[in-house]
Amino acid sequence: MRAAVLPAAVRETRTTRLALIWLTLGLLGLFLLLPLVVVFTEALARGFAPVAAALTEPDTVAAIQLTLLVAAVSVPLNTVCGMAAAWCIGRFRFRGRSLLITLIELPFSVSPVISGLVWVLLFGANGWFGPVLDRLGLRIIFAVPGLILATVLVTFPFVARTLIPLMQQQGSAEEEAAITLGAGFWQMFWRITLPNVRWGLLYGVLLCNARAMGEFGAVAVVSGHVRGQTMTMPLQVEALFNDYDWIGAFTIAGLLSLLALLTLAVKAVLEWRIGERTGALL
Amino acid sequence: MIVARRSALPGFAPALTITLAWVSMIVLLPLASLALRPWELGLVGVWHAVTEPRVLAALRMSFGAAALAAAVNVPFGLLVAWVMVRYPFPGRRLADSLIDMPLALPTAVAGITLTALFSPKGWIGAWLLPLGIKVAYTPLGIVVALIFVGLPFVVRTLQPVVIDLPLEAEEAAATLGATRTQTLRRVVLPALGPALLAGFAAALARGVGEYGSVIFIAGNMPMVSEIAPLLIVIRLEQLDYAGAAALGLVMLLVSFAILLLLNALQRRIGASVR
Repeated sequence: MRAAVLPAAVRETRTTRLALIWLTLGLLGLFLLLPLVVVFTEALARGFAPVAAALTEPDTVAAIQLTLLVAAVSVPLNTVCGMAAAWCIGRFRFRGRSLLITLIELPFSVSPVISGLVWVLLFGANGWFGPVLDRLGLRIIFAVPGLILATVLVTFPFVARTLIPLMQQQGSAEEEAAITLGAGFWQMFWRITLPNVRWGLLYGVLLCNARAMGEFGAVAVVSGHVRGQTMTMPLQVEALFNDYDWIGAFTIAGLLSLLALLTLAVKAVLEWRIGERTGALL
Repeated sequence: MIVARRSALPGFAPALTITLAWVSMIVLLPLASLALRPWELGLVGVWHAVTEPRVLAALRMSFGAAALAAAVNVPFGLLVAWVMVRYPFPGRRLADSLIDMPLALPTAVAGITLTALFSPKGWIGAWLLPLGIKVAYTPLGIVVALIFVGLPFVVRTLQPVVIDLPLEAEEAAATLGATRTQTLRRVVLPALGPALLAGFAAALARGVGEYGSVIFIAGNMPMVSEIAPLLIVIRLEQLDYAGAAALGLVMLLVSFAILLLLNALQRRIGASVR
């Protein structure tokens, strides 16, 4: 950034600058930092013992395991398909390309509740496929598959959206050279494409994972709230909070906040590595 | 038929097949159900389902609170973006990373935390109580939560535009005798107009559908502080699938209409500035 060398004519006075900097820091501290402080002070309100107890509580352990399971299924699925999407959109021109981009980004502009609702409309008891599933003895809604579907829909765009601009900016000269010299698709992919986009890919996967583990609205709709069975960590936070178990709720919230902080830290490092701003987390 | 323009690179067909299959299964099929299910109620039924007083109140709440929060975030976001781009200060990188906090923090965590902060016994709520301001469990709480989640959208939309502002224009204004305030008002602000509107639109779109960060602090009183997404959840719990779908469809259509309108406005402002 070039702020340091601005000539005096296009600069505010020193007093104005200092005042605005402090105002900004004050507002950001009050609005963004304070909530984070509250999470940890509330969790530790009575010391470490209740936190340890909350963390070993069976329902909480089950919620943590379920969250890890949902992320472990939905993140790889979206990574593979996001890479496929990035390959055809970032490397080829074809009819319907911009429509495809719009469809891929659509989940970002849909309410999380709607992202859950649509699966209930399809697979719920009164859903289109509800009776068929019932006859087969399969359960999707109010069960783990529904949680995974809702999470997949919500985290669908992250990988493709990070990779497409990066691949377009890098151009395809190296890949074309490899193919011309006789490399096969996979040889080109492992030796050139993947190494070129690895930081961008890591970034997209990281965002996808953060959202997968933290999603609330979409999974709330399809979960059915069976304690110990269909409760992910954010849902468990809600349940404990509504039970007035603040220490329990803020303990899990603390874990999720640590995940958020880790995501932000890795994001900062990756931005520095990629050498430019990669855009908001969205 | 979709045909790629001639390219030396392989793998187009399989990659496109995977992508289309995935998009159809995860996005198209679900959205088709949202578009088709409401009509089980018939045209009149859908009209009733989305014009009940409680529904109208919830829609007004969701769109009104989101618009108000986005409007607050425009000057707030402009201040933050301007300071982050133009004023070097120690710790700027750290502060800049912090701006994404509302996007990285799970919405349920934001929800219970803001509730704890703004409840009458909370750190901020206790200060506001003597002033007669109640935030938690009122519509004001909804606006506060939406300001929190919307801020990064405005800042991240503005930042690249502020970086790209041509300094020459500001220098020219200064050379021609404009004071700094005049330059900011007459030269800088109009150039940022389209970006400000785009940031407003992004924050609005996010706010309208927001659920997790709002429901804890809202109090959820029907007709008073109930948001539309919550009403969808309530209808689903009553197994009123078609009614829930109708409300979801209306929310989606109204959001798209507003976004299209803001987009057109943005293009007009952009054209008049250039």
